[in-house]
Amino acid sequence: MKRALPILAVLVVLLAAIAIANPFFLEPAGFLAFLKRAAPLVILAAGQYFVVVSGEFDLSVGSLVTAEVVIAARLIDGDESATWPVLALLIVAGLLVGLVNGVLTTKLRVPSFIVTLGMLLVLSGAVFLWTGGAPRGALSEGFRTFGRGGLGTLPWSVPILLVAGAAAIWLMRADFGRTLKATGDNERAAALSGVRVDRVKIFAFMLSGLSAAVAAILLGGFAGVSAQVGQGLEFSAITAVVLGGVVLGGGRGSVLAAMAGAVTLEALFTLLNLYGVSGALESTVQGVIIIAAVAAGAIRLPRKPTPRRGDAHAAS
Amino acid sequence: MDLLTRARRPARRSYGGLASHLRDPARVVFLALFGLVAAGWALVAFDGGQFLTLESVVGIQQRSAALGIVAIGQTLAILAGSLDLSVAYLISLTSLVAAEIMAGQDRNAGPAIAAVLAISALVGLVNGLVITRLQVHAFIATLGVGLIIKGVVDHLYDGPAGKVPESFQLLGYSRVGPIPVSAMLWAGVAVVAWFLLSRTRLGYRIYAVGGNEEVARLSGIRTSRVIVITHVLCSFCAGIAGLLLAARLGAGAPTVGTDGGYELESIAAVVLGGTALAGGRGGVAGTVGGVLLLAVLDTLFNQLEVNSFAKDVVRGAVIVIAVAVYARRGTRRVA
Repeated sequence: MKRALPILAVLVVLLAAIAIANPFFLEPAGFLAFLKRAAPLVILAAGQYFVVVSGEFDLSVGSLVTAEVVIAARLIDGDESATWPVLALLIVAGLLVGLVNGVLTTKLRVPSFIVTLGMLLVLSGAVFLWTGGAPRGALSEGFRTFGRGGLGTLPWSVPILLVAGAAAIWLMRADFGRTLKATGDNERAAALSGVRVDRVKIFAFMLSGLSAAVAAILLGGFAGVSAQVGQGLEFSAITAVVLGGVVLGGGRGSVLAAMAGAVTLEALFTLLNLYGVSGALESTVQGVIIIAAVAAGAIRLPRKPTPRRGDAHAAS
Repeated sequence: MDLLTRARRPARRSYGGLASHLRDPARVVFLALFGLVAAGWALVAFDGGQFLTLESVVGIQQRSAALGIVAIGQTLAILAGSLDLSVAYLISLTSLVAAEIMAGQDRNAGPAIAAVLAISALVGLVNGLVITRLQVHAFIATLGVGLIIKGVVDHLYDGPAGKVPESFQLLGYSRVGPIPVSAMLWAGVAVVAWFLLSRTRLGYRIYAVGGNEEVARLSGIRTSRVIVITHVLCSFCAGIAGLLLAARLGAGAPTVGTDGGYELESIAAVVLGGTALAGGRGGVAGTVGGVLLLAVLDTLFNQLEVNSFAKDVVRGAVIVIAVAVYARRGTRRVA
């Protein structure tokens, strides 16, 4: 929790700044609209957190989101009755991609950076090979409700987000969470004390795949079908996780802070929009803030745990 | 290249025989390249064409030159245990800087090249200092610097800008016999990097820092300085690639680097060449082989007129399989 404090402070400042520029933000409808926009990234960040805290990367989530949305559009093709089977299929597909990522990483001992980079290429290639270059078909209204509609003023995204967040926090408090963190901190020590390291990591990748599937369902409804829907989401998710104080290389940080990092990132985009920073310069500000936030975190941290600067540079 | 691998692995000479030769990823990748060329030749011949025409050989070299130069820089960064995600944005930036300063005038080529190298050095310095002084993970540091460059470029430019004079465009297109000038440039960069890694103190320090930073520090190496230098060199390579692409396009373009996907492609080429992503093991020879392998694969697909999306699928699979094979070979060595 201590590690989550700085990011929560930054988040409060950003939210206050947004509220000053746009008082509508303080009303329930305004805030809920913000949460609805943030939900996919927050869920992705939670999934990415499991992978990062176990000491790995998942670069495939962006193209997985695109692939899932394109697959859904082609399979549903406007047919309302196909909604539920396709939703189930998307969840299974997400878990399956995570399973493949995890198995390749742990059993073949290929660095996850490479496995998920390969998966990124395979997924984006395969899905457009199948649809012939551009997304085809359309999503049904029932499918789009999840990302777009809601109960009165409460968008469906918000309860979905809360359930996902609660599940993630519960998972990290269960045995799984402790073994996952132990694996990320020192894989060999964890293995020697009886953790089934491979199984834990594979499960982490499957959770990341699952989160990508849920994010794809929300984004498909919210943003519609396009070939760019998931573009760059892998970097955004990793950025969000790192903003939350989670250490690349594994073993440190909380899932709550990772999700707070995602909300902060989204708040930052909203704020930049409000203050009329040109769309292009947005990425410059984003770059500066990521570096500054991570640097501040690294410097504030006392060096008392094991000196692990060596790990800080290992990409796998 | 033999010298390089031998210098790196004195202990392994004692094994002898074919098996030990095959344990070296750089040799595996060239063997795979040879196999692919043979298979490609057979496939295309079966299809009724000719695989290794002068045209396709020149095409392979030209296609791989820019990626090859970037990948050599990336090799240095990865060997030192770092990595650089900012190269794609830097390539876009330097192509614009070069074309804008040249403005179609021959006599401006010198200042333009100087400016490109200066900017590259600055970006590399920032990358290296953020990683070492601010202790930001290389992934985040270079991604952040890349985003900063992207924002500036997108803010200033909407489309292609500047003009490269005819004489400088020769760099992109002219060739001596079957060898394009761009490929010679690539070879030159590769030789310099090889010499640096295998014949200089800095090279040994890069391997030491990538192998184990803490041990390197305790043995008296200024690890921060080594990391900063590799990042400056990596950015230099990206700058040279930017010049090359500007010469080929005849102008600078704000998306030339990201469209080529140079950041992830170059990392993929480096690991395909057998360099360990965690650093400390590998070399330039493997990277050259990795880039050529990707280019031959591309050419083969083009000649067989395979769908371009299938290319991505095969490419992704090849990269993962290759690294899995190396990981398997490495098991016997790792204690």
